Amino acid sequence: MTDATLNTGGESPRSSLLTQDAHTKRRNRAETRFRAYGLAAILIGLFFLIVLAVSIIRSGTPAFTRTVVDVEFTLTQTQIDEAESQLFKTAAYSGYFIDALKRQLDERGMDVAFDEDAIERIVGKPGSTIREYYRASPDRAGTPVAFELAASSRVDGYFNGRVTRDTIQDSRFLMEADLDLVDALAEAGIIRSSINWTFITGADSGVDNPGAAGIGASVVGSFFMMLVVLALSLPIGVAASIYLEEFAPQNRFTDLIEVNISNLAAVPSIVFGILGLAVFIQFAHLPQSAPLVGGLVLTLMTLPTIIISTRASLRAVPPSIRDAALGVGASKMQSVFHHVLPLAMPGILTGTIIGLAQALGETAPLLLIGMVGFVARGYPDGLAAGFMDPNSAMPAQIYTWAARADASFYEKAWGGIIVLLVFLLTMNILAIILRRRFERRW
Amino acid sequence: MPLLWLIVIVLAIAAGGYFMGRSRALAGAGGDSRSLHSLPSYYGYNVALKVLLPSFLLLLVWLMVQPVIVNGTVSSAIPERAIPEGSSRDLIMSEVRRTAEGLDNAVAQGVMTEEFARNARSDFNDVTQRLKDAGQIVTARVTQPILQAAQKFRVMNATGSLLMTVAVLAVAIAGAFWGLREMFPAFRARNVVERVVLGILVSAASVAILTTIGIVLSLVFNTIEFFRLYPASEFFFGTSWAPSFTGRGGASDLGVLPLLWGTFYISIVALLVAVPIGLFAAIYLSEYATPRMRSFAKPMLEVLAGIPTIVYGLFALLTVGPLLMTVFGREGLGWMQAGTAVMTAGLVMGIMLIPFVSSLSDDIINAVPQAMRDGSYGLGATRSETVRQVVLPAALPGIVGAILLAASRAIGETMIVVLGAGAAARLSLNPFEAMTTVTAKIVSQLTGDADFASPEALVAFALGMTLFVITLGLNVFALYIVRKYREQYE
Repeated sequence: MTDATLNTGGESPRSSLLTQDAHTKRRNRAETRFRAYGLAAILIGLFFLIVLAVSIIRSGTPAFTRTVVDVEFTLTQTQIDEAESQLFKTAAYSGYFIDALKRQLDERGMDVAFDEDAIERIVGKPGSTIREYYRASPDRAGTPVAFELAASSRVDGYFNGRVTRDTIQDSRFLMEADLDLVDALAEAGIIRSSINWTFITGADSGVDNPGAAGIGASVVGSFFMMLVVLALSLPIGVAASIYLEEFAPQNRFTDLIEVNISNLAAVPSIVFGILGLAVFIQFAHLPQSAPLVGGLVLTLMTLPTIIISTRASLRAVPPSIRDAALGVGASKMQSVFHHVLPLAMPGILTGTIIGLAQALGETAPLLLIGMVGFVARGYPDGLAAGFMDPNSAMPAQIYTWAARADASFYEKAWGGIIVLLVFLLTMNILAIILRRRFERRW
Repeated sequence: MPLLWLIVIVLAIAAGGYFMGRSRALAGAGGDSRSLHSLPSYYGYNVALKVLLPSFLLLLVWLMVQPVIVNGTVSSAIPERAIPEGSSRDLIMSEVRRTAEGLDNAVAQGVMTEEFARNARSDFNDVTQRLKDAGQIVTARVTQPILQAAQKFRVMNATGSLLMTVAVLAVAIAGAFWGLREMFPAFRARNVVERVVLGILVSAASVAILTTIGIVLSLVFNTIEFFRLYPASEFFFGTSWAPSFTGRGGASDLGVLPLLWGTFYISIVALLVAVPIGLFAAIYLSEYATPRMRSFAKPMLEVLAGIPTIVYGLFALLTVGPLLMTVFGREGLGWMQAGTAVMTAGLVMGIMLIPFVSSLSDDIINAVPQAMRDGSYGLGATRSETVRQVVLPAALPGIVGAILLAASRAIGETMIVVLGAGAAARLSLNPFEAMTTVTAKIVSQLTGDADFASPEALVAFALGMTLFVITLGLNVFALYIVRKYREQYE
């Protein structure tokens, strides 16, 4: 250090704190820039969230509607007999259908030319549906019947904007010329959109029939899986947390458990799938694709999450509660089970619901134990079958649809995501309400 | 369902034991609960626990052991000549199980009598037909050895279940008597019950250890099996991944390097997206944002972490992939061949990791003592200078830990890469090419109908082992860094 003053001779800079020199200006600009970067980062994050939400809603909503063709017609017994006597019975019924369609267009004073092939491309093969109907209820002959026939998936796409006049390629599925007919029918109110209940309640369909695919069966599969997860992970998780938080002595064994829990929380989910495959299916011979096995795997996966949140809420109960209980003569066990646990319960439940929501969205381990979409062919009959019969789960079903590489199945996959997110949202809102309503600040 | 009934009966015995134990203890004390050692309900719990614990333990063990014994006995009873060329004992056994199940269902539907299902022998063609009539899925023709084995399987299972029911009920009743004999007033019921409950708590906590052991064992055994069929050096140092399809024969190239490269490349792209955005978001939230802004933006960003990965996978495949194609694809710059590529998966995975990086770094930045900031402001530094020169250096170890945790998450991520990254394994530097990862190949090798004994299926376990070791190493290292840093300021 020297005694030299800062002013080393020459001209002293004539500056004031109130006027900004170049250096200060640069520093202030850097400050503004830095702040802008931070704001931009948050905005980018929110932008991604919005893009995600918009693309889910825009691509998913068409899955909930389907295009139907309304035709009302009357078949007399003689017409039915005539059709049944022919070699191509369904073709005869198709003929009736086309006649009825023509009549309806005429009634509305519209004149559109069409042929049978075009109808087949639009409605599929209406003949068999009509024949089935009359065979099932022969007494309806002679009375007017309103039919609601599902239009083909391409027509569906035209209505949803997936197929447009510019993008359509003439194929045996749909020709550009057919769209004129579709427009005319739509104008006449014969083709219209209605809610697709099959999608909400149905089961998975074959690869070539996207129109009949539904998510209902896999919702049931997910439900049974969540029952298993809830029934196992809540008691085991709470018991483990109580031990670690209230009773565990400081020793090697406790450390080992702690290390294990924190590592399990970070093990990739697919490794739990491998565990499930090797232990539950190869070794224990539990049935493949069963919601029970899926539930067991997801239980092991959610346990660390539940244990961590349960311990946090046990820790939040102040020691004075325990001391008071011990002071009036309760045993350690009584003080925990009678006083600490009830007070920690809202926090525990919140953590459990969030853990369940995580498990509900998990896909990879389920694929390994065989819970892929196409096994979800129907509802399980009965409670035991619900746990043991092959089924799928919502995310696995969505994956199966996405892997089919077909635009109409993609639409189902987006629709499935909306259903999945509705469940997740409900669970999270429930958790927030629980927390708001019962959480106690000490 | 008899198992359910068995459980209900045991529970009923326990409930009965509870009330009897309670009232007997009270009666022994002459109705005055003050002269009992413990509260009356503890005497009841003592009986109930002595019913439940041994009987459920026995039930659990029996349920696990019986299938192993039955399978072993039946499988060894199948004569060697009954196993056709190209088949294996395991395949025959699964056929036996299917036939046995078919017989069970046929009996349940009333298509067959129990008598017939047990004794049908010479007329085995008839059995096949009748099973098919009952709507059961059976192989083309149930041969005599398989039918015999299936019948033996059924008989053994039936006897086993009967024995199990008897044994479990006997244990439950014995437990009840044992508990009820102890109902004298001086019996220290609370201490006994509490010791048992503590035991239950300890065993629940040990589930975590058991899970880890289960993971390690299932990976290790199958990996050893794999290395017996396929040389380890070729797995670890092979530069080509080309599994042959099962049944076609031919040698497969199962080198892990292209998969590891794909995994790391995608993770790096993801981190390049997530780290700057997440870190800047965390800095803004903790240093600049008003409390209102913070209470809105933080949960909003965390929503990104709560979205299931399958949603991100679909987003990559159907939204981001086509979007990148319009810019970099044939009509744009011509760098990209298809929508699935390293870039697609990496970008989407980066979005997923933003909240992960931002909340972890936020916590760490908040843990930096305010005194350090105040000192910096006092010297005339601006806020950004304080952040860059004081806060970030102080928080650096923690932030590195957070980034490592995010990296381990990226390496273990499955659904985004399965849907967004493509299926071709290649060693390339072009981020617009399709590549594949360790996790994606685990899924594809294990979801086909490959035979479990083939190297093509077993390689998935070796891949799982690799993944487990890498992520575990990253986690342990990251937690070590984070913990070491935290100690500094507490």
